[in-house]
Amino acid sequence: MNAYLSVWRLRFINGMQYRAAAYAGMATQLFFGLVFIMIFVAFYQHSTQEQPISLKDVISYTWLQQIFLAFIMLWFRDNEIFQLITGGNIAYELCRPCGIYEFWFSKLLAQRVSSAALRCFPILIVAFLLPRPYRLQLPPSLTAGLLFVVSLLLGLLVVVSISMLIYISVFWTMSPVGSTLLIAVAGEFFAGLVIPVPLMPAWLQQIANALPFRWTADFPFRVYSGQIPQAEALWGILIQLLWLAALVGFGRWSLHRALRQVVVQGG
Amino acid sequence: MRLYMHYLAIQFKSQMQYRTSFWLLTVGQFFIPFSVFAGLYFMFERFGQVQGWSFYEVALCFAVIHLAFSFSECFSRGFDAFSTLVGSGDFDRLLVRPRTTALQVLGSKFEFTRFGRLLQSCLVLAVALIHLPVAWTAAKAVTMLLMVTSGVMIFTGIFMLAATLCFWTIEGLEIANIFTDGGREMAQYPLNIYQKWVTVFFTFIIPFGCVNYLPMLYILGRADGNGILYMLTPLAGFAFMLPCVLVWQFGVRHYRSTGS
Repeated sequence: MNAYLSVWRLRFINGMQYRAAAYAGMATQLFFGLVFIMIFVAFYQHSTQEQPISLKDVISYTWLQQIFLAFIMLWFRDNEIFQLITGGNIAYELCRPCGIYEFWFSKLLAQRVSSAALRCFPILIVAFLLPRPYRLQLPPSLTAGLLFVVSLLLGLLVVVSISMLIYISVFWTMSPVGSTLLIAVAGEFFAGLVIPVPLMPAWLQQIANALPFRWTADFPFRVYSGQIPQAEALWGILIQLLWLAALVGFGRWSLHRALRQVVVQGG
Repeated sequence: MRLYMHYLAIQFKSQMQYRTSFWLLTVGQFFIPFSVFAGLYFMFERFGQVQGWSFYEVALCFAVIHLAFSFSECFSRGFDAFSTLVGSGDFDRLLVRPRTTALQVLGSKFEFTRFGRLLQSCLVLAVALIHLPVAWTAAKAVTMLLMVTSGVMIFTGIFMLAATLCFWTIEGLEIANIFTDGGREMAQYPLNIYQKWVTVFFTFIIPFGCVNYLPMLYILGRADGNGILYMLTPLAGFAFMLPCVLVWQFGVRHYRSTGS
């Protein structure tokens, strides 16, 4: 356990070095957040019927999405692992006296946490200070806030376990681009990153509910604004745990299979 | 121009060497804006309209800006990836050749996988044009062409500005993404649904509004007043290019090599 913690810490410190990139990213995310909210405001302005999610909730949804982008983006590129696999350096990794799955898992986790830690607070502060329609509202109650934190962290673990599967698939395909791009595009759509899941048509929502992606972003954000009531949120957290167990189990199993037949590339 | 074509041919051949990867990437590029467009479609399915604009009108807006973006990503990629050229000191080599630097940087990289994106935008454009009741005239067709070219000019101009910054910073700056990616996202919708300050900034400083919103008013017959004026607004994109080229030349003169 200690080994994984120190890998995590090393990566975290490493990730904290890229401050300039973080500032640029922050400006971009603020701008994107504002533009998306303006679009939603324009849509809601003349809508006559009751929508399944209120404008206020959509705005919190959009801000949280921008603030925790590093937590929920499926495609957080770590070329290092790809190169390890395709370049043959995987052999070194196999010599290490620790589980490869846990090792990579903590690496990927640290990367996301450090990136979010650099970016989230300034955007959070700005989003809380903006004039009215654009402001990020506080969660309606303390419990909703706590449930949000729990579900967001569980969602983060689910995202990392999904991206582990993407990395493991490279053992078979040997070419990281293309196929992974398609998974990422579809996954982000079904996680509600393009439009919030409640605004999708019913048949699409059913697909989204059946996939794990929704639990990484859509679910915690709606818990935050109280759009998902607390009793339901507890059930949702249970489902997140089930998904996490299933994804990690499957990931470990397939990594084990991949390593049995691994071919070390190059010399 | 002959040289440019030559660059094109060489780059195309070299990218075709990795055929599977090439096609997979192209397909992937097709689906990225596709998911955004699907989102747009579902929004309209739920809301019906946005500030009086119908789905097909917004689709036209979307298609024009994405066409322009994919063209410029395909052909101006050299400027986008310019930081590597400066960082490695390879830019020195371009300076000693008897051709303009801008042309050589343009020729240094093409991203042909962007054709996937291009195809997607063409499809959206076709769908929008079929469903819109527009009485087509030669003038309107010319306007369409101008709109796309003007968009390419603006995106290329921004790439150039960002590349020029590399002369001083050496590293590439993500900040330009606000104006390329952000501009693209924003200009998918007609400009008048935004707040006043956004509209003003993107009409007079970076004229994205002149790429699709203003000339589209003319094409859809919504413009009041002089139609010619609306028709000529895309020329603002060309005007935007001018200072960008000047800044580029200024940057080249102040270039200090990083060595190798």
